[in-house]
Amino acid sequence: MIEVENLTKNYGSNKVLHDVSFNVQKGEILGFLGANGAGKSTTMKIITCFMTPTSGNVRVLGLDVQKDSMKIREKLGYLPENCPLYLDMTVNEYLRFVAEAKKVSPKEIKNKVSKAMSSTGIEHVSNKMISNLSKGYRQRVGLAQAIVNDPEVLVLDEPTVGLDPKQIIEIRELIKNMAGERTVILSTHILPEVSVTCQRVVIINKGKVVAEDKPENLIKNLRKSLQIHLKIDGNETEIKNTLKNLNGVINVEYSGNSDIKDFVVEVSKERDIRKEISSIIIKNDWGLYEMYQKNLSLEDIFLQLVTEEKQEIHI
Amino acid sequence: MGFVAILKKELKSYFYSPIAYVVITMFLILNGYFFFGMMLSFAEYGRMALENNPEAKININDGVIRQLFGNMSFVMLLILPVLTMRLFSEEKKSGTFELITTYPIKDIDLVIGKILSATAVLLLMVGLTSFYCVFMYSYSHPDTGRILTGYLGTILMGVAFISMGTFISALTESQIISAIVTFGILLIFWVLGWVGTFSSAEGTIAEVFKQLSMLNHFESFGKGIIDLSDVVYFISFITLSIFLTLRALESNKWRS
Repeated sequence: MIEVENLTKNYGSNKVLHDVSFNVQKGEILGFLGANGAGKSTTMKIITCFMTPTSGNVRVLGLDVQKDSMKIREKLGYLPENCPLYLDMTVNEYLRFVAEAKKVSPKEIKNKVSKAMSSTGIEHVSNKMISNLSKGYRQRVGLAQAIVNDPEVLVLDEPTVGLDPKQIIEIRELIKNMAGERTVILSTHILPEVSVTCQRVVIINKGKVVAEDKPENLIKNLRKSLQIHLKIDGNETEIKNTLKNLNGVINVEYSGNSDIKDFVVEVSKERDIRKEISSIIIKNDWGLYEMYQKNLSLEDIFLQLVTEEKQEIHI
Repeated sequence: MGFVAILKKELKSYFYSPIAYVVITMFLILNGYFFFGMMLSFAEYGRMALENNPEAKININDGVIRQLFGNMSFVMLLILPVLTMRLFSEEKKSGTFELITTYPIKDIDLVIGKILSATAVLLLMVGLTSFYCVFMYSYSHPDTGRILTGYLGTILMGVAFISMGTFISALTESQIISAIVTFGILLIFWVLGWVGTFSSAEGTIAEVFKQLSMLNHFESFGKGIIDLSDVVYFISFITLSIFLTLRALESNKWRS
């Protein structure tokens, strides 16, 4: 559906994208994850034919963004960052204009506009000026604008930025409902959003793709260390030193004021040493109150990836 | 016909906001004032002429009509940059430019739609001055041909102003810069012919500047003459501006 190959974009001498490649399958929701300034928006601007790449190929629906941009645009829905809208129009007028501009046939305009309004839940504000709408409703109008031509590909640049938590959940639901027959690319710098909404994630950092997988696989594969959380009753320094001597333990930290202390043991993921830990605790006659292994969240992985990347660059 | 959607949208923006009304009102107030003054002095002049020579034929065509269009075009020079300043600058500032250029609209349709919307306001604005003609016809015998060529010249010049304004607007996201630069460039084109009157510039150079001057190409319309070279001048000016606008829009794709 969308193929990005060796995409590079320079702004003057500033390299914003460096050899970015990824694919999006039909009907998939792809999360495009990266810190601010990582090159997410630039990639999206190239996919939506707003900008031209310095080098590399981007094909949408099998068409080249540089040669067949007009054909692609007819089948594309785009919501740019910050959701720019014409504030001096009513919702209905605006959507009719967009439908007309997107070459929806005049007979179908009315039908498609009302369909877009109902699937984003904005029928009851259709005669209001956009300038009078709240941020959440403007975002919905932005989404309605993107889907009014029934596009096969939807590109959404940070669709939940600046919304309150309730609105964020609503918008995510809307996006999920819009997928299915549509292919969706969604960029965000908010990590939970990806695991909630997307089937696959591309993580981009400093203009390079650093990871690409399903959210759950990312968690599995990118985990370099595990954390084992323990609640133990005993002499903390003694416990710390004993645990530290175990094979595979990277670091031990403890906290807490009562007799029962919380320990966080960082272990390498090659070996499961939970059995060894428990037998050592029993052997020393410490009281074990709790033990669990914690999977790193996507947020941790992201931070890990980004910091690793930084180290590489410094070297 | 891709420009129709843009044209409709731009017209709505002009007339839903106060812009069109303010621009048209100011245009009519200024022109009304000038017309009133011209008619007054023409009447005074006529009365004096008749006192000296009862057989004298006084001519409204030179006294009023020529000046009427001259004044109208000068007021346009002041006011039209305000009408065109928002065309692209506003969209660039608010970010809607990014969205609209990802719709399946060709750049040329975008530009034509925007120019036509401002032209529609221009036509309404200039059309409303036809009230002056009603006034002239009811008190005198003005030359209809002259009035028509005057309007033709005024409208050609107005569209030339608008297309230059559209080009400048495509270059900047600041509406104020857009208006000021447009005004400056148009004023330079307006007074370019004066180079010939500066003592040091003579001969070919002076002639070239004179040919580039808008005022120079506008004069014969007020005399009731449609000179092909004048029409070609304005059409070329408009075409060049549209071409430059298209290049400016295209350059956005390469820059950030």
